[in-house]
Amino acid sequence: MKLTRFAVAAAVALAVATPASADLVFPMLSYRTGPYAPNGIPFADGYHDYLTLINERDGGIGGEKIDIRECETAYNTDKGVECYESLKGEGALSFQPLSTGITYQLIPKVTADGIPLHSMGYGRTSAANGKMFPWVFNFPGTYWDAASIIIKYILQEEGGTLKGKKIALVYHNSAYGKEPIRTLQELSKKHGYELILLPVDHPGQEQKATWLQVRKERPSYVLLWGWGVMNQVAIKEAAAIRYPMDHFIGVWWSASENDTLPAGDEADGYKAITFHGVGEDFPFYADLKTYVYDKGLSAGDGSNKGYVLYNRGVVAAMWAVEAARTAQKLTGHAKITPSEMRDGYEALDVDEKRLDQLGFNNFTVAVKITCANHGGPGLGAIQQWNAKTKTWKIITPYMSADREVVDALIKEDSEAYAKENDITPRDCM
Amino acid sequence: MLYREAGEFKTTYQADLATFPISFDRWAFWIATAFAFLVVPWFLDDYWSEAVFLPFFVYAMAALGLNILTGYCGQVSLGTGGFMAVGAYASYKLMTGVPWLDMASITILSGLIAAGVGIVFGLPSLRIKGFYLAVATLAAQFFLIWMFNKWGWFYNYSASGQISAPERTMFGLAITGAETNPAVTYLFALGFLFVFAWVARNLVRGRIGRSWMAIRDMDIAAEIIGVNPLLSKLSAFAVSSFYIGMAGALYFAVWKGAAERTEAFPINVSFNVLFMIIIGGLGSILGSLVGAAFITLLPVFFKVALVEGMGWPTDIAQHIQVILIGGIIIGFLIAEPHGIAALWRTAKEKLRLWPFPH
Repeated sequence: MKLTRFAVAAAVALAVATPASADLVFPMLSYRTGPYAPNGIPFADGYHDYLTLINERDGGIGGEKIDIRECETAYNTDKGVECYESLKGEGALSFQPLSTGITYQLIPKVTADGIPLHSMGYGRTSAANGKMFPWVFNFPGTYWDAASIIIKYILQEEGGTLKGKKIALVYHNSAYGKEPIRTLQELSKKHGYELILLPVDHPGQEQKATWLQVRKERPSYVLLWGWGVMNQVAIKEAAAIRYPMDHFIGVWWSASENDTLPAGDEADGYKAITFHGVGEDFPFYADLKTYVYDKGLSAGDGSNKGYVLYNRGVVAAMWAVEAARTAQKLTGHAKITPSEMRDGYEALDVDEKRLDQLGFNNFTVAVKITCANHGGPGLGAIQQWNAKTKTWKIITPYMSADREVVDALIKEDSEAYAKENDITPRDCM
Repeated sequence: MLYREAGEFKTTYQADLATFPISFDRWAFWIATAFAFLVVPWFLDDYWSEAVFLPFFVYAMAALGLNILTGYCGQVSLGTGGFMAVGAYASYKLMTGVPWLDMASITILSGLIAAGVGIVFGLPSLRIKGFYLAVATLAAQFFLIWMFNKWGWFYNYSASGQISAPERTMFGLAITGAETNPAVTYLFALGFLFVFAWVARNLVRGRIGRSWMAIRDMDIAAEIIGVNPLLSKLSAFAVSSFYIGMAGALYFAVWKGAAERTEAFPINVSFNVLFMIIIGGLGSILGSLVGAAFITLLPVFFKVALVEGMGWPTDIAQHIQVILIGGIIIGFLIAEPHGIAALWRTAKEKLRLWPFPH
């Protein structure tokens, strides 16, 4: 009897799972559980809230409501693939997995299925080459841009020369953490600094040995390429060896309140690169309050607004919505397909004027995507943590990466990928 | 009721020792096999293939391998994830280094390479037993993953250390890569599982399997009656790693298409496969399959039922699912400590005698 009931439940569940939707389906591969949930939750809330805002304020995009489909990955690639396969069949317009591992898994799949993939500032860096990766976008900047911008910032701080200096990279020993190494090596050849590589194994709770090495080598700067619990441990350990915090610079995934708050006052002065503003001091927050928070429609428990990762979720959703809008403009109809959505991404042009219209004044960088360049402008600014007020503050203007070095590396790596996978690059005008 | 054995007589030893001595079982098995091979492929889509069947086949293969070592030969191993990684990286190097090889040969060669590595890591089993051996195989897990991370040669010096499977074919059909037909990958993995489950079944009831079981039950007694512990233990490690290596190759090349050692083959995989054989049943081929199905398919079932069926928020559903599966595992192990296969065996005995239990 129990068996029959299970079978009925399964049958019902499958029947419910299949109906085709009439709206624009925006899938959300989120992780609100698992080891990285503290980072996954604010991002997911921000993404969700912005899409709700579009539905509530504008009645969707071009008159079509957005259908938000959330799927829990727990930052696990098995679950990520299951989510992708189940959402793909429901007309998903684009995917944003927020995990470098899942992104790698999905790149060949989306290319075959014809669904755009936007890995915003993560994933495979060489996917910035639109000739080899027509379906993958990673604007507004890549890990290699980030590495190069951080070095550029250090150059400015040091008065233009890094000869004889030591720079250490403390990184998550995974695909994600290894991404910047090649760029930093190339740049060390160019600028003459010595690069010290200090891998930290997942999940990164134990870093005593790493920081002992930092204390021994005394590098002038330490860069951090971590995620989740690894970040806060790194900042605490750096404080414990009294490493000067303003010489400790993280990538944009090592730059949230979750990372700095646990270290308390000692995290004061920690720096990180970012590509969007922090806090709630932007016009779109007024709309979010009127149309989302005050109506009780916030995703999650609504406690994450203004946080770095919440704002990042918002900006990711904004670009997705603008891409859909661009696609509608190109095709002339509101009900777009995934492949039209891709064209929308490729023609995406969100300049300063458009950002002001959207209420994103000075919130993020202007992005213009072309057929060959899926990596966007590659701009970043440095933000610094103030432990007294518990806020981040952007302390530099947006800077550009060393295009000469980064573009050469992108070309090299994407060509290696194309060769291994028998891909012929498409022509870009 | 279900079983009507009247008129079934066994006149030869062969018939008595058959895998399915009862004709009803034999029929059921062949019908299920024919259904899986001939009917299911017509109704497959990407979702069923990639989220349901391929994970099941891959983990069933790994569970078969571990069951040979742990269930039949009594050597506890926590190195499954590491040996799967060997299979995955071997298949990657073969695919990129020898592009003309077809996928079946690549999978088998990857298994053989894993078998070689397994023999090396099986050497300590000649001196140490039980939990101590588990710790030694744990070293294999950590060493192998570290090694694949350390030397660029294993991942062809790609910037991120990720490996991704290029397209390889068999009989002109794409088996790996993105442009695969779900029915083709399904049949490929099912074919491997079917053939090697068959091989495993016949290995364990033959001379080699009996020597494994003798070692498992009491190694000193086994040695006295003439079983060579060196050969038996190392052959168990070799065969087990061969299966696990093939599972790793299928995992990487056919199912996922890309892998990263720290994320794809962590210690959790080793534990998961060990749980599969404990829940399914140690020393049972059926147990390996049932255990793998249990661990891989139940989460998907609960996810579909809770999120899509009942519309619960994804995070709550995920938490509930973990609680439910943990509860079910405890329930099963209280009901039958020897696993689901033993439960089935008892149920079958009852069914055969029903309705006259005495």
